[in-house]
Amino acid sequence: MSTTEERIAAQKRYRAAKAGTDTVDERLGSSKFLTSVLDKIFPDHWSFMVGEIAMDSLIVLIVTGIYLALFYVPSSKEVVYAPTSGHVYIPLVGQKMSEAYESVINLSFNVRFGLIMRQAHHWAALIFLAAVFFHMARIFFTGAFRKPREINWIIGLLLWQIVALEGFTGYSLPDDLLSGTGLRVIYSIIESIPFVGTWLVYALWGGRFPGTSLIPRLFVVHEFLFPLLIIGLLTAHLMILWHQKHTDFPGPGKTETNIRGSRIWPQYALKAGGLMMLVSSVIFLLAGFVQINPVWIYGPYQPYTVSAGAQPDWYLGWQDGAVRLWPHWEFRSFGHEIANPFFPGLLLPGILLSIMFAWPWIDKKIYKDYKAHNLLDRPRDKPFRTGVGAAAVTLFSLLTMASGTDIIANNLHVSYEAIVVALDYLVIIGPVVAFIIAYKACQRLQEADFHPIQRPVGGVIYRTPDGGYHTVGDVHHGPSHDAPADTSASHGAGDNGDGGAGSGSERSVSAPAAGD
Amino acid sequence: MTGTLDDNRTPFGRNPRHFGIDPDEPWPDDVPMDQDDTRWRYQGDPKGAKKAERRIAAAWTVTLLASMGLAAVYVDGANTQLAGLCWGLAFGGLGVGLILWARDLMPGHDVIASRGHHNVSSEADRVAVAESLGRGLDPMARRPFLFKMLGAVGGVFGLAIAFPIASLGPRPHRNLYKTAWGKGVRAVTLEGKPIRPSELPVNGILTVFPETDPSDALSPTLLINLGDADYETPPERVGWNIPIDGKTGIVAISKICTHAGCPASLYNVVTHQLVCPCHYSTFDVLQLCKPIFGPAARGLPQLPIAVDAQGFIVAQADYSRAGGAPVGPGFWNRG
Repeated sequence: MSTTEERIAAQKRYRAAKAGTDTVDERLGSSKFLTSVLDKIFPDHWSFMVGEIAMDSLIVLIVTGIYLALFYVPSSKEVVYAPTSGHVYIPLVGQKMSEAYESVINLSFNVRFGLIMRQAHHWAALIFLAAVFFHMARIFFTGAFRKPREINWIIGLLLWQIVALEGFTGYSLPDDLLSGTGLRVIYSIIESIPFVGTWLVYALWGGRFPGTSLIPRLFVVHEFLFPLLIIGLLTAHLMILWHQKHTDFPGPGKTETNIRGSRIWPQYALKAGGLMMLVSSVIFLLAGFVQINPVWIYGPYQPYTVSAGAQPDWYLGWQDGAVRLWPHWEFRSFGHEIANPFFPGLLLPGILLSIMFAWPWIDKKIYKDYKAHNLLDRPRDKPFRTGVGAAAVTLFSLLTMASGTDIIANNLHVSYEAIVVALDYLVIIGPVVAFIIAYKACQRLQEADFHPIQRPVGGVIYRTPDGGYHTVGDVHHGPSHDAPADTSASHGAGDNGDGGAGSGSERSVSAPAAGD
Repeated sequence: MTGTLDDNRTPFGRNPRHFGIDPDEPWPDDVPMDQDDTRWRYQGDPKGAKKAERRIAAAWTVTLLASMGLAAVYVDGANTQLAGLCWGLAFGGLGVGLILWARDLMPGHDVIASRGHHNVSSEADRVAVAESLGRGLDPMARRPFLFKMLGAVGGVFGLAIAFPIASLGPRPHRNLYKTAWGKGVRAVTLEGKPIRPSELPVNGILTVFPETDPSDALSPTLLINLGDADYETPPERVGWNIPIDGKTGIVAISKICTHAGCPASLYNVVTHQLVCPCHYSTFDVLQLCKPIFGPAARGLPQLPIAVDAQGFIVAQADYSRAGGAPVGPGFWNRG
């Protein structure tokens, strides 16, 4: 196979590497830890990449964000746009605007690569949130939040909330007409909180809307407070993931106590690095070719004007949609009032989020399953949970759609009112229908598909060299291991690694679970 | 397996350390022994490996060229589209090359290892940690008074150190109900020009501001010349408009939506409806601006106006002083 020279060279490399790790070990005693790091195994499944995409977008966000911060001026001081040098955006000349808005215009037109950095930052934020949503859906539908991973579910939900707020504060910093309108709405939503609302907005805004305190404060929040929280929580998220090891779908040779996949070194490290490059590639292609948030078209913020088509970034669309669809209720009595925006703006999201935070424990009650799991459920094996997830996704999509009611009405040439009324009904009916369809679909899928291990005993029996017998899917015992992958590959049992082994399936899983 | 390099090394596939197995424990059933960790895709296929190497080199060549392109684009005025293309290709080539390198030429695929006992400790360890905790808890429980006092002190001190938060903004109080309008305050345009009733044609609409503080965000007001439209005037609002030729004439309405505070700035001349483009609350101007569609629950307040000695439009009073509702969205103590 290998020549003597190659073997000698390999031996030399090994000795050099060992000398290096020894040098470190003598200081840190790190060899055991480093071995576990380099040998660590991550299961291979495309859906496990989504969380990585979120993390990669975050890295792009941090790098581009630092760059933008070097040019941005967090000031509400009023200036008149009258640049004396460089590129001038003629339609804005002579207009009153804040220094913040002016700095964003200058960054966009007079800083080489400034615009692409701004657009990359915004696209990265949109992709980040999309990845967060998909990641969250994957965790939910496969039951990855079950014991022992409840803590990471909670941290993940907190991250989602902070990341969405981080996105909103960033969207507001340019102080353009669109984002200023968004801030006005948020002001009204906070102001509507019973008891403390008015005090809270006066504290946040430093007085009446709009004031001059908010932009510098938002800058501190967006650049310092939220990033600190995000990086802190993400570190905890990843350390827990690392410690607990990744979940995996059931499949041949996989059990609750083993893990199958690619080693970090060199397989996974190179692939993860490559994925980060690909995510950056997509973000920068979008940043170069697809315009995002052209604040010079919106104009500077003025409290007396507004443009039609006022939508937040997509990840807050569901909340804006809820505010649009909510009936015109307001409660007034005893000299007090609970204003309309409170219900859709805070109460509804609060209730939905509370259910999400509590879901791991609700799920335990529903399935009477208090055990720890490392193998995932296939969504079809838990029809009720999948139905709830489908209902949530439907509600989320319909509310997001409701945020664009005016745009839909315009494009479809129907009356705005008709769209709103239709969506009013749909947000109630849609999730119920989605639940039923998903529930039934899961049951049909369960009936239609069966895995070799669920076939009656007598299908395929193997005799092992030491004289034992087993059927396909049995846990392998004894010293002889014909690599479980072989048995599955030669008999077609390996179709995408589904074991059907979810314990506690609701219907018709009669075969014993493979890995218990 | 390649041959052992050092005589004292355990064969890789039998070294429990590489499979998450405690060396002192027996090899678990669900982790195959003698796994070959050196396998890679084009092993034993020199031609395929050569091709794979070329593919990776090609991908990285794209990065190389795109990077040079990026420098050229920067020097040549930094065109955003070209920059995007160069960044995209440079990152893309690098990423594709790395992934192909791992896929085609690197070992470490499809390995099975033990998960170990990382998620749960032994019972002895659990007992130990509970004991450690108890070392502090027991003495605390023995002094319930001190324990409770610490809680109370903590609460009071917690409130005290929260006081800096109070400096963040002023107390709201009456300020919430006020705009910059008042008796005799002139209505001026965006340019600061006062208006005469004759300047507003029938069905004309104009955003005006109080001359005393045009930038106040709650004050923007719409002047609408309703002409002879049938405006519903309850007794308490008689005299709030400026009649023209004995007809309804000009009314002044708050532009700030009572739902979420956006400017209700879309006016339908035919139906005399005002629409707020944020959440599409719709108000019927002829029926005291009451909400007829959308989430708003209250009508837009009306500002009583008159003409001063010089013939310019002025306010008779502030919105709330005139007996109307305060301007803008609702809050707890609005009542």
